Amino acid sequence: MAVRKNQADLTAAEKRRLIDALLQLKRDGRYDTFVRTHNAFIMSDTDTGDRVGHRSPSFLPWHRRFLIEFEQALQSVDASVTVPYWDWTVDRTPAASLWAADFLGGTGRSRDGQVMDGPFAFEAANWPVNVRVDGRTYLRRALGAAVAQLPTRAEVDGVLAMATYDMAPWNSASDGFRNHLEGWRGVNLHNRVHVWVGGQMATGASPNDPVFWMHHAFVDKLWSQWQARHPRSPYLPAAGTRDVVDLHDTMRPWNNVTPADMLDHTRYYTYDTAA
Amino acid sequence: MPRPSEPSRPTRRQAIGVTAGTLTALALASSAHAAPLSTRPASDAAHDAPEAFDEVFQGRRIQGLPGAGHMHHGGGYSVRIDGQELHVMRNADGTWISVVNHYETFATPRAVARAAVVELQGAALVPLV
Repeated sequence: MAVRKNQADLTAAEKRRLIDALLQLKRDGRYDTFVRTHNAFIMSDTDTGDRVGHRSPSFLPWHRRFLIEFEQALQSVDASVTVPYWDWTVDRTPAASLWAADFLGGTGRSRDGQVMDGPFAFEAANWPVNVRVDGRTYLRRALGAAVAQLPTRAEVDGVLAMATYDMAPWNSASDGFRNHLEGWRGVNLHNRVHVWVGGQMATGASPNDPVFWMHHAFVDKLWSQWQARHPRSPYLPAAGTRDVVDLHDTMRPWNNVTPADMLDHTRYYTYDTAA
Repeated sequence: MPRPSEPSRPTRRQAIGVTAGTLTALALASSAHAAPLSTRPASDAAHDAPEAFDEVFQGRRIQGLPGAGHMHHGGGYSVRIDGQELHVMRNADGTWISVVNHYETFATPRAVARAAVVELQGAALVPLV
């Protein structure tokens, strides 16, 4: 069984193997297919129309499935690799080891936002940004520039205390746990982290930055923590909801997996700490 | 201020071409809840579409035009930077996002266009895939 670990606890060898697997997926083209899929959903999920990957109840099971697929791709290169999670309530500054040159590299330079160190820097020639919204082909970041602070543990706890999974109108205007975790409403958790990182992470093509996977692995872990705190709170809505993925509806693009299939992550992986 | 020449607007075919990748990804198999685009109700945005704008901001020409956006977004508002379409979307609360600033909301299409200009640092938008 795969174990997803806190990125701060990875050994040097574990970091190296993860980086090597990421670079291999990039070389063989599989990495960019994940970026392309994500951007397609970002552009098509709307508050007033069909919505699957974002701004809807299936935000959490959709990204769980998306990360499982990505993790399986990594494991086809190196079976020992799993997706680590980034607990941004703890590792909350650009000085965190996450951003060191032996892992993801640091923030971008001021002139053009270009990441200049680490394995994903443009100069290393291993990480061309091919699926993009503008002409720039280098990885960019501006850590902490657009928003000063990452969410705190207290802010996370406030969201985890919300007992209702999601509420009508099942979109970016909803009250409830899902939309507060996604960040369109309230203290803003998930969305704010994208903005804090900046660069491609702030765009629809956010998986261009490998930190995308570690951010979403932590969002996924928060979902499991919420389930542990609210064992009698189900995924909602249950059935018959226009434009929204109900509990037993299949999710695009896979069409063979439902939110109900994604509720128990221990069928696929466990975490290094209990929920 | 000199009136700029009529901006080139996308034809229906171009607009569809722009989203072909999206539609291919989404339409590979049937989905019980995938409503045909043509039968969708008009969105709230259509009832109070923001006005058009056309200005030069930090050296880039930004334009906004109601009724010319991506068909699949219902909002029907098009934003361009130096003639290239910026993918924008209206949120349920009336705020706006773009594909360049996707996780941060802005009050108006003009604000989202200006934010994109700042973010682009002179780079050109590429056609949406």
